[in-house]
Amino acid sequence: MTKRYDVVVIGGGPAGMAAALSAFEKGAKVLIVERDVRLGGILNQCIHNGFGLHYIGEELTGPEYADRFVKLVESKHIDVMLESMVLRLTADRKVEILCPQGYVTVEAGAVVLAMGCRERTAGAIAVPGTRPAGVYTAGMAQKLCNMKGYLVGKKVVILGSGDIGLIMARRMTLEGAEVELVLELMPYSSGLKRNIVQCLNDYDIPIKYAHTITRLVGSPRLTGLYYAPVDENRNPILEQEQYVECDTLLLSVGLIPENDLLNGLDVEMSPITSGAVVDQNRMTSLEGVFSCGNVLHVHDLVDNVSREAEIAGASAADYAMGALKSGDTISVKAVDGVRYALPQRIAKGNEGKVDVYFRVGDVYKGKRIVVEVDGKEVYSRKTLILAPGEMEKITLTRADITGDVTVRLV
Amino acid sequence: MKIYDCIVIGGGVVGTAVLDRLARYDIATLLLEKDDDVSVGATRANSGIVHAGYDCKPGTLKAKFNVRGNQLMWPLVEELDVPHLKCGSLVVADESGRDGIDELYNKGVANGVDVEVFDGVKTHEFEPNLSDSIKWSLYAKEAGIVSPYQLCIALADRACLNGAEIRLEEEVVALAQDGALWTVTTNGGEYKAKTVVNCAGAFGADVNDMAGAEHYDTTFRKGEYYVLDNTERQNIQTVIFPLPTSAGKGILVAPTADGNVIYGPTSSLCDEGDVAVTLDGLADIRKNVAKTYRNPVVRKCIRTYAGVRTIIGDDFVIGKSKVVPNFVMAIGICSPGLSSAPAIAEYVEGLVCEGKTQKENCVTTMPRVNRLSEVDGDTLNALIKEDEAWGRIVCRCEKVSEAEIVRAIHSPLPAKTVDAVKRRVRAGMGRCQGGFCATRVMEILSRELDLPITEIRKGRSGSNIALYSVKEVPND
Repeated sequence: MTKRYDVVVIGGGPAGMAAALSAFEKGAKVLIVERDVRLGGILNQCIHNGFGLHYIGEELTGPEYADRFVKLVESKHIDVMLESMVLRLTADRKVEILCPQGYVTVEAGAVVLAMGCRERTAGAIAVPGTRPAGVYTAGMAQKLCNMKGYLVGKKVVILGSGDIGLIMARRMTLEGAEVELVLELMPYSSGLKRNIVQCLNDYDIPIKYAHTITRLVGSPRLTGLYYAPVDENRNPILEQEQYVECDTLLLSVGLIPENDLLNGLDVEMSPITSGAVVDQNRMTSLEGVFSCGNVLHVHDLVDNVSREAEIAGASAADYAMGALKSGDTISVKAVDGVRYALPQRIAKGNEGKVDVYFRVGDVYKGKRIVVEVDGKEVYSRKTLILAPGEMEKITLTRADITGDVTVRLV
Repeated sequence: MKIYDCIVIGGGVVGTAVLDRLARYDIATLLLEKDDDVSVGATRANSGIVHAGYDCKPGTLKAKFNVRGNQLMWPLVEELDVPHLKCGSLVVADESGRDGIDELYNKGVANGVDVEVFDGVKTHEFEPNLSDSIKWSLYAKEAGIVSPYQLCIALADRACLNGAEIRLEEEVVALAQDGALWTVTTNGGEYKAKTVVNCAGAFGADVNDMAGAEHYDTTFRKGEYYVLDNTERQNIQTVIFPLPTSAGKGILVAPTADGNVIYGPTSSLCDEGDVAVTLDGLADIRKNVAKTYRNPVVRKCIRTYAGVRTIIGDDFVIGKSKVVPNFVMAIGICSPGLSSAPAIAEYVEGLVCEGKTQKENCVTTMPRVNRLSEVDGDTLNALIKEDEAWGRIVCRCEKVSEAEIVRAIHSPLPAKTVDAVKRRVRAGMGRCQGGFCATRVMEILSRELDLPITEIRKGRSGSNIALYSVKEVPND
């Protein structure tokens, strides 16, 4: 017989666990489907500290942060399937799962997508040159180093300044490798300021902004690479090409929400976030399917993931138990320097408040964040500096949201 | 010392196709490959196209072997259970290209190829995403696509099942003939053979020189490619060529047998073995694809690669040496080499095996294997009952189970590296490019081959993935 759950959460990382817990608190029967052998997701390989300052009020390592949630999940009547991968999700919320016990189908009153993201690869950005051993995503090197105990190389260049790349610059240094250089295509980092300071500056690791790789050299193992500054169109200026010897290149050039499961389903997707378009409950355009964490949009801090997942989990439970009313929605638009704002839709209503998260598309100094409803300003805040690496939050009063919302920088 | 009836030098698709043919005879055969796996030269880095044979100059070896090779290819890939699709090909041209299309049509007819000229309306009906400027095309229904490396590997596997030997990482360094016997010296040992077949690809002319056979000058031309995500596959039905030029068949847009789409190849002179992708080459592809295809989506790129064509004069060099006895050459096999390989093998079989008898009970049809990405739910449950490794996904992008990886590691020609596994079962070939699964594949290789992780290689010797052990940690 096919099993039925009120809420099936796909993914047992920080988003999945927080969603499952909040759904459970609402009284739902919950299943977490996790493809790894343990819960925790990518947090398990993030052994550095800095997690939980906002959400828990303590500074924890990734595994510690995950463990807080694992213990809570284990203490509740929440079913967990490990080594289990969802191969297919149907529009009527049948979840087809492959696991070492068999290929099973579970029916879900509501589904929470919490599959996280994957790293953009050297192939995806078409790095020129040879294709040797020694070229890895920062996350793969992190997993090998922190979970398996192997160092991929000893003379390292890092392309991209995403947070995992910055963290790995420090990590590889602490394990005895030399990190020669970090190259960043953009004139600014896509990572957190604190990681630039604590992972690069503190270890005298140089970062060159507006630079990229022009050619990898070496076969079968990487022996070095050429790099050059880029012009305003981000094309390399080859006359200024330089060479650096290295045996390893780590890539930290972007994270992509892993929404492959939605291929073939009629779910409205955002071309900016590569995640689903959601309302304030984190429900997608497909009834009863919710999304949260890095599969919805790539977050800066896990604390924000947990908060978002709580909303998605609780709403999914409400939906499954018939307590979620859907009605007319208004849209939230991002313009004038705001790259995206989320949720993209908000249901009309008078009570309470709603948080809107957004990211900017460049580094901005002295700008004012302005929210307009039908052209009328309802929120304004002055900022010193805004950077693409940091997520911003504004809290709006529902009663103010009488029409379409626009978030902009002035 | 064992005396082989025949030693084949080179484990590309030509060498393995030859070996596969010879292995059916009651003779001792050996293939020597200098690299860590078969298929890792030009065979792994080309367009994967089975050409119909309309654009080869009539009367050439290229024309003869391509047309015959195409006929042999489709039943061969069925026998070997190799991914393929006979999707046809279109050579497309704008208004000014009508003469060029006619010229190709006439060559096709002269070569005995089934070709048809389409006008603009029919062309666009057939392939809706072509550029608006396209007004004519030449359609060849016998053309299609195969997975070139999987074909080569399947040929090698079948040859092994039929008793042939394959020695990897053995580079031929000397060839000497004493009376009726060849002595083939490699970095690993010495082998005796009555006949030597030179299928050494890029090194074909070098092997000829070692044997004292005909000397040839070789040039090399690099072809670079983009590989696109499999979500792009639905937008293209057939292999799309521009009109060919003297430099080659031009930059095509084609589906791959594994479900991706490729843009390429370029054609630029290069040194042997130079498979580096270049900024110029990639720019050249982007510029040229836009001429035939309406919506190039380079942002869907998951990988780039380059391969090298080995060119000796204007034609293939195939046949017995006229200088030294018992030495057969199949060299200078540039495009359409993949398409021609089955026919070249058939021809070489005739030269080597004349008067020999075929073995009884040879493996002809390879046993069908299950692929997680293809089986239905009931079959999957039956498989998991037998072996729970079928229930463990390793490569999530391409949906490859642990069971398939273990099978590849213990196949007739075993996969010993991460790339060898990838070529056989596609683990790591998807959009995350092994970011998630490479560590799992390394662990499975380590377990199955009883090797430490630091000795697990990407491919050839020296391509170790993790160089050092940080500290002792327990495995999962």
